[in-house]
Amino acid sequence: MSEYRLSVGMEVHAELRTQSKMFCRCQVAFGGEPNTRVCPVCLGLPGALPVPNREAIQMVLRTALALNCQVPVDSVFHRKNYFYPDLPKGFQVSQYEETNPIGYHGHLMIHTSKGPKRIGIKRVHLEEDTGKILHLPGGGSGVDYNRAGVPLMEIVTDFPPDIESAEEAREYVAQLRQLLVYLGVCDGKMEEGSLRCEPNISVRRADSETLGTKTELKNLSSFRNVFLGTEYERRRQIAVLETGGTVAQETRGWNEATESSYLMRTKESEQEYRYFPCPDLVPLHFDRADVEAARAALPELPLAKLQRYQDEFNLSPQDAQLLTAERPWAEWFEAAVVAGGDPKAVCNWMNGDFARLLKETGQAAVIPGVESDTEGREPARMSPEILVKVAKLVADGTITGKKAKEVFEKAYMTGDDPASMVEGQTQISDTDFIRQAVADVIAEHPDPVATYRSGKGGVLGFLVGQVMRRTQGRANPPMVQEEMRRQLDETS
Amino acid sequence: MSNKLGQLTATEIAAALQRREMSAREVAQAFLDVTDTYGAFLHVDAERTLAEADAAQARLDAGETSPLLGVPVAIKDNISTQGRPTTCASRILEGYIPPYDATVISQLHGAGMPLLGKTNLDEFAMGTSTENSAYAVCKNPWDPTRSPGGSSGGSAAAVSGGLAPISLGSDTGGSIRQPAALCGLVGFKPTYGRVSRFGLVAFGSSLDQIGPFGQTVADVAAISQVICQTDGLDNTSLPDAPLGAMDLANASVKGKRFALPRELMSDAVEANVRASIEQAIRTLEAAGATVDHVDLPSLSLGVSTYYVIAPAEASSNLGRFDGVRYGAREEAPGHVESLMATRGKKFGHEVKLRIMVGTYALSAGYYDAYYLRAQQIRGLMVAEIDALWGEYDAILSPTSPCVAFPLGGFSHDPMALKQMDFCTIPANMGGYPALSLPCGLADGLPVGLHLMGPVRGDERLLELAAGVERELGCAPLRPGLA
Ligand SMILES: [Zn+2]
Repeated sequence: MSEYRLSVGMEVHAELRTQSKMFCRCQVAFGGEPNTRVCPVCLGLPGALPVPNREAIQMVLRTALALNCQVPVDSVFHRKNYFYPDLPKGFQVSQYEETNPIGYHGHLMIHTSKGPKRIGIKRVHLEEDTGKILHLPGGGSGVDYNRAGVPLMEIVTDFPPDIESAEEAREYVAQLRQLLVYLGVCDGKMEEGSLRCEPNISVRRADSETLGTKTELKNLSSFRNVFLGTEYERRRQIAVLETGGTVAQETRGWNEATESSYLMRTKESEQEYRYFPCPDLVPLHFDRADVEAARAALPELPLAKLQRYQDEFNLSPQDAQLLTAERPWAEWFEAAVVAGGDPKAVCNWMNGDFARLLKETGQAAVIPGVESDTEGREPARMSPEILVKVAKLVADGTITGKKAKEVFEKAYMTGDDPASMVEGQTQISDTDFIRQAVADVIAEHPDPVATYRSGKGGVLGFLVGQVMRRTQGRANPPMVQEEMRRQLDETS
Repeated sequence: MSNKLGQLTATEIAAALQRREMSAREVAQAFLDVTDTYGAFLHVDAERTLAEADAAQARLDAGETSPLLGVPVAIKDNISTQGRPTTCASRILEGYIPPYDATVISQLHGAGMPLLGKTNLDEFAMGTSTENSAYAVCKNPWDPTRSPGGSSGGSAAAVSGGLAPISLGSDTGGSIRQPAALCGLVGFKPTYGRVSRFGLVAFGSSLDQIGPFGQTVADVAAISQVICQTDGLDNTSLPDAPLGAMDLANASVKGKRFALPRELMSDAVEANVRASIEQAIRTLEAAGATVDHVDLPSLSLGVSTYYVIAPAEASSNLGRFDGVRYGAREEAPGHVESLMATRGKKFGHEVKLRIMVGTYALSAGYYDAYYLRAQQIRGLMVAEIDALWGEYDAILSPTSPCVAFPLGGFSHDPMALKQMDFCTIPANMGGYPALSLPCGLADGLPVGLHLMGPVRGDERLLELAAGVERELGCAPLRPGLA
């Protein structure tokens, strides 16, 4: 079998998290009764006219800047003309041409198991979503226009493509999604279709310069499926070529259940969309000062945060990655550090017990008074200040690590001050107290002491345990251990 | 049945209403009684009109003095009216009743002007004779064997025939000004963006503009005050759309400078029209105006350019008529079959012709040669015209190269009819304000004089027109009075 190289171009459609639709004031939401969020504009009634949503334009501008794109001075909307029942106006308002979209000629740096990789971005443009065709229970079909006119951002990778493996395909989508969620422009829900990706996949022999015939893959509803689907297509196409066949240019669907792709339609001749500038919309003008202001206002992006956490807080790449995966989580971490927490300790608490408890209770980590959870989950009572207090009780030896887990859980449930929970049961680190307790145990257990002195050190644990028992577990264990060993060795 | 109120201008009726010499209901009823003549109206809802008249009367009785309060108005049937049919004179919109009002309709309601009904037009405003209506033949009140012009023929015939004191039309290449000329009226197309297009069923979006028909410049100026407003629902609406102060009563042509493009007084202009325009020019010169012949070579390309841009935009604008959501639908086994049957059977010949021309002009491989080239020529035309504004107050020409023509007179030669738009098209190309006003009769039929001003120069153009109107002394011009 010959060596083959994989090339994957990626088209990602992201529904923007605006309040209202792209060209009318209808609400943007998921689900609901069909045709309840519609008006003359998004239904394409005769005479209705579009008015662009400024919020959507700003979101695409921010995305374009975060993806290192060029931003044109003037950007026009085009009409893409075709007939389909889910397309109310007979055209989709979109953006066409090389240097016209709100963002063009950019890139996204992704990290992969083989290190960082630059993925070129051809364009980031703004368009409107279509309605949805529904098959009616009683036969026939209907159209739900609730989604018609929802602002849609399309992000297309460069050609020829930079993505050369299924892992890179998955990482590109995952890290692009992370970026969009960080920017607050998309909720990133692949399963609900608010983020949709369609890879164009082709293989070619390693010694060939020209790209092979590509197939487009649809219905990929998770990162895992992006990986599996791309890998499946790679193998399928190689198998076709190895058996002397040719790959057909076609659109294929991904079947999650069977983990295989199936033919949806063969690509016929290029569609004729009759693009032309939409005469109902005046060109968008991007003043250079406004663009620079938007760039300056961008939040710290995931990749930069990841690096900074390693450099500034001395965290491992794994720890940093867990902390920066989602922006609210990272911001919670930063708030805890600002509250005086040791970064490594805060990190351990967050990625350990805190993450576990959030999962168990279905709650969200929220900085009190700063933000609310975008998913609408109940906010956890744990605040950065409380976490820092628990961490400090451990650090200054007031409580044991084991005790701290208990305190943390109680504080998580009640939101109470951890200091109040450990009153009267704080750890005893008093040297005289411990010396006396150790001496008492040695006096009361002559046999184990003799065993120890005969060279069998394993009995030390038993003797330390007796001290802990006498003190109801409040004695500082390392101190007990050290004192026990000292007294046993001293008097032998 | 004739209507004695048909002899009054809108301004005169408004004054009579203010003096309580008649009620808004009496006025509305007088016009409603004659709306069934000349094929001018496609839809009338008398009950609703009278209810609106009563509401206006209540405002009058409350002491309100808005200028046109209680004066009924006729509306071209391509302007969306909530609860009243809006067909665009097309079978494809048969039975469609919009759930919303166009912005101009809301403005008219706000001004207390009852809607008399929806007027006839060429299907989707495509035509210059109103003969492309799918529903009714529209006749010119000056001679019912002749066309009122088009595409706003119904709105012109309504005012000219005393069926409405004032009306609204739409103008994409001359569809207000040409019928105004052929019916002896004042027809005004304001600067593109001064009147909201929201609710105007789109034909050529970059050219379309709503505007009024009246018997005098004062009438069209009064209703323009109502409809020239900035509209947040129309992205192409101008931020400073409302009209500024105007002094029509004291307007004069003395010292005013007019440019007369040779291209618009060519041999294509019929002798009787030419004579009438030349007479008008002499009158204006005698009153202290100057009229200079100028060359605007790109204007000779106006018609060709227009018949690429307008159909291109139309081919896209009319894509929404698929029978899925509203209007007529031809059932067929599949969606594509139903789409083709609906559009094939419900669009008229001229509409299908223009959709095909426009589709061709936008197609990959032809876009550069047709649509893009046409837009370049449009830019050239605008540059040539704009160069004149420093020196001239207005560009003067005939509105139409001929007077009202017999119905069916061009059925053998539709291209000849299209060629006749050459005087009016430049205003749409540059978004300029322009109007037609009567300048006399030729062989017993009205001749229109066309004036065009710079973008946003609507107020000065209306003042100039008022001055011209006074010097020419032929408005209002009514059939049967001449
Ligand atoms: Zn809507």
